[in-house]
Amino acid sequence: MSDAAVVIVGAGPAGLSAAIELRRRGAGRVIVYERELQAGGVPRHTDHLGYGLRDLHRLTTGPKYAARLTRAAERAGVEIEVGRSVHSFGGRTVTTNGSGGATTVTAGAVVLATGVRERPRAARLVPGDRPSGVYTTGALQQFATLHHQRVGTRAVIVGAEHVSFSAVLTLAHAGCSVVAMVTPLPRHQTYEPLRWATASRHRVPIHTGVEIAEIIGRGQVEAVVLSDGRRIDCDAVVFTGDWIPDHELARTAGLPMLAFAKSPVIDGGWHTEQPGVFAVGNLTHPAETADVCALDGRAASTNIMDWLTLQTWPAAVTPIEVEHPILWAAHTAVGITVRVAEFVEGRIECRADEDVVHTTRRRRWTPNQAIHLPRSEATSIVLTR
Amino acid sequence: MPTDRVFDVVVVGAGVVGCAVARELSQLTLSVALVEARNDVGAGTSKANTAILHTGFDATPGSVESRLVARGYHMLREYAPFAGVSVEQTGAVLVAWDDEQAANLPRLAEKAAANGYDRAEVIDAAAVRAMEPHLGEGVTGGMVVPDEHLIDPWSTPIAFATEAVANGCQLFTNLHVTELDVGSEVTRLIAEDGRELLARFVVNAAGLHGDTLHRLFGFDGFTIRPRRGELIVFDKLARPLLGRTILPVPTSHTKGVLLAPTVFGNILLGPTADDIDDRSATGSTRAGLDTLLQKGHRILPALLGEEVTAVYAGLRAATEHSDYQLTSEAAARYVCLGGIRSTGLTASMALGEEAVALLSVIGLNAIPGAASTRIPVRLTPLGEADERPYQSGGTLICHCERVTSAEIDAAITSTVPANDLDGLRRRTRALAGRCQGFYCAAEVCAHAAVASDRSMSAWMGLP
Repeated sequence: MSDAAVVIVGAGPAGLSAAIELRRRGAGRVIVYERELQAGGVPRHTDHLGYGLRDLHRLTTGPKYAARLTRAAERAGVEIEVGRSVHSFGGRTVTTNGSGGATTVTAGAVVLATGVRERPRAARLVPGDRPSGVYTTGALQQFATLHHQRVGTRAVIVGAEHVSFSAVLTLAHAGCSVVAMVTPLPRHQTYEPLRWATASRHRVPIHTGVEIAEIIGRGQVEAVVLSDGRRIDCDAVVFTGDWIPDHELARTAGLPMLAFAKSPVIDGGWHTEQPGVFAVGNLTHPAETADVCALDGRAASTNIMDWLTLQTWPAAVTPIEVEHPILWAAHTAVGITVRVAEFVEGRIECRADEDVVHTTRRRRWTPNQAIHLPRSEATSIVLTR
Repeated sequence: MPTDRVFDVVVVGAGVVGCAVARELSQLTLSVALVEARNDVGAGTSKANTAILHTGFDATPGSVESRLVARGYHMLREYAPFAGVSVEQTGAVLVAWDDEQAANLPRLAEKAAANGYDRAEVIDAAAVRAMEPHLGEGVTGGMVVPDEHLIDPWSTPIAFATEAVANGCQLFTNLHVTELDVGSEVTRLIAEDGRELLARFVVNAAGLHGDTLHRLFGFDGFTIRPRRGELIVFDKLARPLLGRTILPVPTSHTKGVLLAPTVFGNILLGPTADDIDDRSATGSTRAGLDTLLQKGHRILPALLGEEVTAVYAGLRAATEHSDYQLTSEAAARYVCLGGIRSTGLTASMALGEEAVALLSVIGLNAIPGAASTRIPVRLTPLGEADERPYQSGGTLICHCERVTSAEIDAAITSTVPANDLDGLRRRTRALAGRCQGFYCAAEVCAHAAVASDRSMSAWMGLP
């Protein structure tokens, strides 16, 4: 007999939504371990609208969304343990560390919902000095939103995808003007209304087709040099997007990873290769909006309940094969999500072995944007020009 | 600052060498001051190296460096576990990638023996591959050096400085000596900000600025031309790719690019070797990083599929001479430890001993202090192989590196306290991990602000 029916790692939208639904379905004891001191995940510090549309059917801000999910979980009888890190889950024996020392809990099922982070400056190998004032959006939001700190007066934003425009808002609230957005791609990659509401409103020039060649500044950031040689004076640089799953726990457990996304391989029922171990949320698709992650968690609860009662597991969990310009494909609650490497025109074709199970209409696809395809048994996805 | 106090010895420069000298002097019945131009100890060349405790097998036989590296290696290996400085004996293998390099290996084994190291062993390509199965194609041979160690380069100077201060040495940071007045019995050291120190004897351990101080004393003999070394630190998930340090077959210019595990559980690739003029140019360059990635790909192809955690560059105090420049001047009551390059970490404790010996020769009357009154120091070890505080409980504040809030508090209130995020990082590993602050930067700064009398934005490094 296990100590808990289900142990969930990570109290973000995916983990909390899975926990709530599991309790609703009568799963028994559900524990959510969260290493931060507060539950809620990344939305806690994303203080603008854009949350809850698809799962709660209301548009709200990140912090309110995080608080609402946390309250719902508590009301549903979920045990949320904050300030506790999971170190291993071999044989579904979950070991943790936190204040009060180490714990060991056996679980009927383990759900990994450890989320995603942005690649910081070093991971992108951006050369130059190492001054203060270099942030990721995640760090920026926590400084500005949670701790009400000023972060600079003139910022350069690296990236031009959704989160980059979210950073424009955060910086504006923190009294920092944005002097440039920089993307190596030929155009920005967000929706036009979002660009208009942020970059246009705050008169932010978007430099396309260039990268940051060097950061200058001993002590504080003084400037960035672009790959075309232009110098932009600034006192803050924000690296946005370029998501990588927080997959340390999944990888050290030996779960196979998708090549480009670096997410654990799952099937359409969120099963990983190891019986009793599920993976949901942005860990499995870097990165979707919070509501998609929440829907993942909610939907996965059906499969988790099935496992708890029937103890059956798929014989094989295989990744969806992709080829350039498709970077990766992963299952979500709303279908199959894919990403493309560049602005490209064509049809996206889902194949189950030799059969074509779905073809999109011919259109232009945008990198860094979620491309949602209908649920299918697709084994490979290609783009035909 | 009282200007009437005359220190028996003032050590200028609190890098790993200066800190080791101060520690050695603090064991004698002397008044000692350690002065540092930066805001912290070990914050220059000492913080950005390859973190290896060298046997010295490849030094030039008969050189001062060879003697002190061999001696320092044994001293530091013995001292480190008592001081809470993490060391790990992984050993190293020199890998030859062509026939010419392979043909050189027996000569290197002879050189090792001439340096007093007789455990180097030449092996064939198959044996190299059996040891390190992830190496790239084209290995032609190798030489095993089983006694090479990894060491925590951050804690080493901090342990020395902490022990020195605990035993009466006075540490002055942010004190940049720019003028000297060498009197008949007392030397006046004048700082940029007007502060003054009086010393009977002065030890120059000023590293990259050693020649500048040497000239202030009126001496010549060496000029420092910084050699910049860029390094890339790979994610801990890459660590299983490597069993031991992979050394290149050295050339006359540099030891070349190596791959080494770190005591923190990462893999380090570097260093490059660029002779430059700017003594503060610790930035990385596109060309340098590209060179490293290209070489790393050849040595360990799978490494490039792993994430990069950090990139840094250090400046080594290279001179026109191939050996250390150690001198003593009786009339000026002055000892110079110049031109200490990348081996300075390994040689540091032997250089401490050497400095005391040189001071004695020029008239410093040093009596060993009573062993019973000496205060030993033990830091909390930072290595992955050591027991870490989080394992017995505590609130984790930096998740990637598993640093507890209690460790942050301790680093800020310690004998030689952290003054900025970089200092916190070197004392606790906070912010040194793969997320580089995505999760914890704000929390660490907020916590540091509470634990100190400084604002959060000061900890953020904002003006």
